Amino acid sequence: MAHLAGLANVLPKEVRRAADLDVIDGLILPGGESTTLARLLKTFDLLEPLRAKIQAGLPVWGTCAGLILLAREIEGEPAHLGVMDIKVQRNAFGRQVDSFRQIAHIPTISDKPTELVFIRAPWIEWAGPDVEILHTVAGKIVAARQGHLLATAFHPELTDDSAWHRSFADLVAQSLI
Amino acid sequence: MSQDQLTLNKNLAQMLKGGVIMDVTNVEEAVIAQEAGAVAVMALERVPSDIRKQGGVARMSDPRMIREIQAAVTIPVMAKVRIGHFVEAQILEALKIDFIDESEVLTPADETFHIDKCAFKAPFVCGARNLGEALRRIGEGAAMIRTKGEAGTGNVVEAVRHMRTMASEIRTLSHLPVEERMNFAKEIGAPLDLVIWTAQNGRLPVVNFAAGGIATPADAALMMQLGSEGVFVGSGIFKSADPVTRAKAIVRATAFYNDPEILAEVSENLGESMAGLDIREVPASQLLAARGW
Repeated sequence: MAHLAGLANVLPKEVRRAADLDVIDGLILPGGESTTLARLLKTFDLLEPLRAKIQAGLPVWGTCAGLILLAREIEGEPAHLGVMDIKVQRNAFGRQVDSFRQIAHIPTISDKPTELVFIRAPWIEWAGPDVEILHTVAGKIVAARQGHLLATAFHPELTDDSAWHRSFADLVAQSLI
Repeated sequence: MSQDQLTLNKNLAQMLKGGVIMDVTNVEEAVIAQEAGAVAVMALERVPSDIRKQGGVARMSDPRMIREIQAAVTIPVMAKVRIGHFVEAQILEALKIDFIDESEVLTPADETFHIDKCAFKAPFVCGARNLGEALRRIGEGAAMIRTKGEAGTGNVVEAVRHMRTMASEIRTLSHLPVEERMNFAKEIGAPLDLVIWTAQNGRLPVVNFAAGGIATPADAALMMQLGSEGVFVGSGIFKSADPVTRAKAIVRATAFYNDPEILAEVSENLGESMAGLDIREVPASQLLAARGW
């Protein structure tokens, strides 16, 4: 939220109920526990309306747990939104003691190096032909884009750098043209 | 623990914000907790109300039971060690536990010193009754704080007291002239650098949850409205008549703590709550919150 508030032409808004989806141009599915997020989406009847919005073109960026929600396939369990042509492995990098940070230069996002924070992070096992791979760590896909969908296994919201938020805001802006 | 690891550990705590962490004593309860939408489970052999009833020395749980729970759920698994018992912490770290709770609910192993939490890679959560206690624990390396409340009583009064105390002390500190900060640090027995950080930011340097006595969805929402960033529920769920329904209701109430209509809906038909205790009737020697220095 703090990152978004600092961007020009962006008005951040919390989405808690299905009606909130009608007044937004783009959505960020943040980090957290994907199991918990998926349960709450179902309990509060958000899952189906959200899937319909995404299929109709709503730009969405999922970070970590959000990436898992977007995936068409999840290793060992049923998919949630199932809208992005990727297969993910949850907690793939390990438990909390295996969490890590990396500085990476990803030209499609920023001309400066950005900080990537991986917390009990997933990775993308494979990606379909329409998915553009933005970054890999140890040969595993950790950032990808498919049309109006952006997915990162790390948490730009935990850093001081707004580059990823800027990039997603641009993606949303393009969708409005 | 490197500065990087400490940051990563504080980051994990941020991922739990807005969520409920539930005490579980076996695989079956852990699965119920995960299904209900818990963001993490706390694996322990006896919930606080049983520890309170049965007495004796309460220790770290059997690693076998912790491993079984780790294998059964995908959400983070936490477990408790006795205050000052750094070897129990080493054992939990070897199990790759996601969070270690250095907890007053277990019988303290050291009545003067807490664990040097900076010596560990695994993150720690610690209880606190006031700002000084919270900042001492953070100074020792805790990545997350929770109010102590009074565990195992089903009575939220102490959690409220601790949350309000911390909030009020932070407000006072934020308005102090700079030259008074050192004396404030001395008075509350907290590290100066953390006192300065708290004064400048108007909040604790780590995530702060509520714990100790939360038994109903309304209790959880109360703690959230008082500024808590999430809740721990111990005996409140699995000592109630219908744990599955109550667990779900508390998760919903925590997520929608500001929405009285949803709170009314989830509070319906929960069956009997756990039996509660009036704190004033608990002998001073049995108050868990007084443990910790």
